[in-house]
Amino acid sequence: MSATYRDIINNGLWTNNQALVALLGLCPLLATSNTAINGLGLGLATTLVLLLSNTTVSLIRNLVRPEVRLPVFVLVIASFVTAVELSMNAWFHDLYKILGIFIPLIVTNCAIIGRAEAFASKNTVPKAALDGLMMGLGFATVLFTLGATRELIGQGTLFSGAHLMFGEIARGWTIEIANYKGVLLAILPPGAFIGLGSLIAVKNWIDKSRKERARKETPVADEGEIAAT
Amino acid sequence: MSRNILVSALILGFFGFIGATLVAVTEFGTHDRILENERQALLQQLYEIVPKDRIDNDMLAHPLTVNAQEALGQESSLVYVGEKDGQLSAMVFQATVPDGYSGPIRLLVGVDRNAVLLGTRVIAHKETPGLGDKIEQEKSDWILGFAGKSLTDPKLDRWKVKKDGGDFDQFTGATVTPRAVVNGVRRVLLYFDKQKDALYNDYLEKTKSKP
Repeated sequence: MSATYRDIINNGLWTNNQALVALLGLCPLLATSNTAINGLGLGLATTLVLLLSNTTVSLIRNLVRPEVRLPVFVLVIASFVTAVELSMNAWFHDLYKILGIFIPLIVTNCAIIGRAEAFASKNTVPKAALDGLMMGLGFATVLFTLGATRELIGQGTLFSGAHLMFGEIARGWTIEIANYKGVLLAILPPGAFIGLGSLIAVKNWIDKSRKERARKETPVADEGEIAAT
Repeated sequence: MSRNILVSALILGFFGFIGATLVAVTEFGTHDRILENERQALLQQLYEIVPKDRIDNDMLAHPLTVNAQEALGQESSLVYVGEKDGQLSAMVFQATVPDGYSGPIRLLVGVDRNAVLLGTRVIAHKETPGLGDKIEQEKSDWILGFAGKSLTDPKLDRWKVKKDGGDFDQFTGATVTPRAVVNGVRRVLLYFDKQKDALYNDYLEKTKSKP
């Protein structure tokens, strides 16, 4: 039952990636991934909430009776989301205005209550914290990749609006492809579905070719010998 | 059994209290900063429309609240009045265009004393990305074209997009959005033309009572 730290990292970033494998939190994922910076913003906010909620849930896991654990988890998550929302409004005001409703909606991201219930409530604090961080980063990476891809295909830019997150210095970070008009579809909602589908396909393809390589390296030769004799 | 329920309820109540405390503390810590952010954001928008050297008062200090559903498209809108040397210099109207392609479009429209447009900005909209969203300043310069226009330039019956026989450009693939915005700005100009003295008097009274 007890997972090693290595397993936790692997699970969060790849094997059990909340967006690509568990397919949780799709609503904010699809809606805010229209530019790289928007994706990164919501991804990091979600990561922060996951880290805080997993740590807290693990801290109180022996205190809370099973019959009220879910409402307590929801309370913990909702409090942290509200705190993160207020903080973003105070320190990243412009980004907050763009992400809008999707910040409070982090509460309803099933990935968060899912990790609280499935992992944090059964593991020690360091492990739960690491799990929250890794699950969050895995989710944020997908959001960022999807956002960057859609932005690049859809409007031919990358990191537009970087100043919303990194301050005025970042105004010049935007990369633009000259004479590229953009494929509107990528920015519209269908583009989000197509993009996510493609990302899942790529992940599955990588997994498959890895597995095949591993199989070729060891047992295949033995099988061949058996067949020959 | 009933004792069990009580303990559970107490645990739940305890965490409710902790959660509420956390939120209250964060709210307390960020409240002023958020208000200041909102003020700054609005001020920045106002100064983009009304150049700083045109006014010498604090436009945000005494906004007027007007109820002009028909002209400004929203039940109550704020009007910011700019003065220079004790005379009316500019007014900035909050207005809503109800007939955007996908919902209302919220505008700020600035007019100078002679009913010439200082500028227009889109504050919020839900228009199609890549088509109708060219009304945003970040996406195209279209919205800047309003500055310097008035009800006599172009003439009132030319206050339309080109497709409808007017003077304003539409976008490729999107006519509804610019048409709606042009109409909205025209309505604000007409409203200003009729109401500017009454509005300015209101403003003077307001500043007199609360200097």
